[in-house]
Amino acid sequence: MKRFTQVKGIVAPMDRANVDTDMIIPKNFLKSIKRTGFGKNLFDELRYLDEGQPDQDCSGRPLNKEFPLNFPRYQGASILLTRENFGCGSSREHAPWALDDYGFRAVIAPSFADIFFNNSFKNGLLPIVLEENTVEQLFQELYANEGYELAIDLQQQVVVTPSGERFSFEIDEFRKHCLLHGLDDIGLTLQEADAIRAYEERRKQQAPWLFGAVK
Amino acid sequence: MAGKTLYDKLWDAHLVKQRDDGSALIYIDRHIIHEVTSPQAFEGLRLAGRKPWRLDSIVATPDHNVPTTVKERASGVAGIEDPVSRIQVQTLDDNCDEFGILEFKINDRRQGIVHVIGPETGACLPGMTIVCGDSHTATNGALGALAHGIGTSEVEHVMATQCLVAKKMKNMLIKVDGQLAAGVTAKDVVLAIIAKIGTAGGTGYAMEFGGQVFRDMSMEGRMTVCNMAIEAGARAGMVAVDDTTIDYVKGRTFAPTGEQWQAAVANWRELVSDGDAVFDKVVELDGSKIQPQVSWGTSPEMVLPVDACVPDPAQVKDPVKKAGIERALQYMGLAAGQKITDIHVDRVFIGSCTNSRIEDIRAAAAVAKGHKVAGSVIQAMVVPGSGQVKAQAEAEGLDQVLIEAGFEWREPGCSMCLAMNADKLGNGEHCASTSNRNFEGRQGYGGRTHLVSPAMAAAAAIAGHFVNVQDLKGTQA
Ligand code: SF4
Repeated sequence: MKRFTQVKGIVAPMDRANVDTDMIIPKNFLKSIKRTGFGKNLFDELRYLDEGQPDQDCSGRPLNKEFPLNFPRYQGASILLTRENFGCGSSREHAPWALDDYGFRAVIAPSFADIFFNNSFKNGLLPIVLEENTVEQLFQELYANEGYELAIDLQQQVVVTPSGERFSFEIDEFRKHCLLHGLDDIGLTLQEADAIRAYEERRKQQAPWLFGAVK
Repeated sequence: MAGKTLYDKLWDAHLVKQRDDGSALIYIDRHIIHEVTSPQAFEGLRLAGRKPWRLDSIVATPDHNVPTTVKERASGVAGIEDPVSRIQVQTLDDNCDEFGILEFKINDRRQGIVHVIGPETGACLPGMTIVCGDSHTATNGALGALAHGIGTSEVEHVMATQCLVAKKMKNMLIKVDGQLAAGVTAKDVVLAIIAKIGTAGGTGYAMEFGGQVFRDMSMEGRMTVCNMAIEAGARAGMVAVDDTTIDYVKGRTFAPTGEQWQAAVANWRELVSDGDAVFDKVVELDGSKIQPQVSWGTSPEMVLPVDACVPDPAQVKDPVKKAGIERALQYMGLAAGQKITDIHVDRVFIGSCTNSRIEDIRAAAAVAKGHKVAGSVIQAMVVPGSGQVKAQAEAEGLDQVLIEAGFEWREPGCSMCLAMNADKLGNGEHCASTSNRNFEGRQGYGGRTHLVSPAMAAAAAIAGHFVNVQDLKGTQA
């Protein structure tokens, strides 16, 4: 997994609540059997004026000029600022894959949907929860200043604005540790293989029907 | 010490290791996989040289991409016209064959939507922890199980370790007492719940559905309710075990038998929240007041009783909400304050993991019987959730009732629920749909979805616009 320590970059707005996973990456792009290449279809139905097809070259497609990600000022953004309940809907990990592939390293919102939140960490994408009025303030600053950048320091758990204002955020220790070191959590879990086997032995005694083979 | 909730009991029984930082390793009993969220997980296993920990815990089936016409299904995977879909389904077959995983392949009678086949084959049982790379896995919670959707990295993690890294959620009880009026179904109940608590209302919670309404409800109905827990923000929904649960499980293909059955039943009887258990949050609704529901907007919380009018943003103060309503009305092509019964439908879709079980097909057929789909409706389709549901419906003659009324009778799969196959809405078309998500573009680019129960969908098909199924003459809903 990609490590996350510090990120400083341009912030792009996605100024609506309840951004769902179908919006982040529409289902026609889920047919890929790969993990990469979804960035060009991030927010596809909002970004382009036509209907996208998987494996299509997007460079000639008509862009929706009203959609912020298409504004020159937000090109190269690495931080997405959005509203409550971001990532609701399906469990598709294609959503964080698309955000990551596009170049986002962090998403800031007042709240996230559970599965999306989880999936993000597995892909080195940092979802940051800040209070609603803080998010509102960041939106105001972002709109007022072209080239607006934020700095995120995971070790310190802070988001720093250009004027030096610092907002701290919560993250659980295990996830922080994995992100900082780019750790693969399968490897970590397998270190507990003995505990898993011991559990299985115990459980087989109590509930043998759970171990019946399906065929 | 306070008693335990159903969720506490399921959690405790599966705890392999509690870590100091609050995360835990939870043992997974059943893992269901499908073609969309598994290829990258198998790829990951291969790259790391890992093997599945417990092959006999995994069951696979293709559902999202499979075509649903008899013609396109006739020659199996090779007959799938869309090449990208074909590769995805083929990849699932190849992966299952390579690793030795039980798969109900495309034309196997046991094939169907992942969340339908689990309970119906007995692969999913009360007391289990069940995961699948799909958010509607919560459906299985109706069995008194802890079931939730996971992402692809977690699919790989569960395959490799049989465990999930999880954090214990908080407990929420949704209590609905009273008796439902005629024509009001499980779908209306869950839509009314989402309308009340919102799509983020259950975020961070495991949601138990309790109260008279759920005690009286069939297993199919409970599955419909748990299915949409995720639309209320909860990763897991569940209903306590009772006689209805046990009667349902008995005799299913993979259910235990003989002495093991007795032992299992004794164990399952414990799967109820203790009388003195404490929930972090309790939400109550009066079941007798719930009316047939129709969603009007682009989020499952944008839902109202069928006799209501769509909202007028001018009346709303909160700017984020107001903008949301304006955007939804515009996308849906509706006028502020318009009557829901004045919304015309272009297509009707009865199916999806929310409403494609036998009871749903029966409800649709009961309404359709002796009527005809309105001439203004371009297409009305019924897509059974599995090969077994299809066979059962055909044995009961429901397919004939529906076909006679002008509905198309399809092969099992997800179909127009998310339109990954050929079944989709045209730009701007309104659809009465029994599925679970009315997001923009969900059922096709520019498509406009209205979530309803099977009875309401069938009634809309006949009338050509939404109607209160309770008012429909000559039908028994
Ligand atoms: S029927 Fe719809 S919601 Fe259910 S699993 Fe299939 S695509 Fe997902």
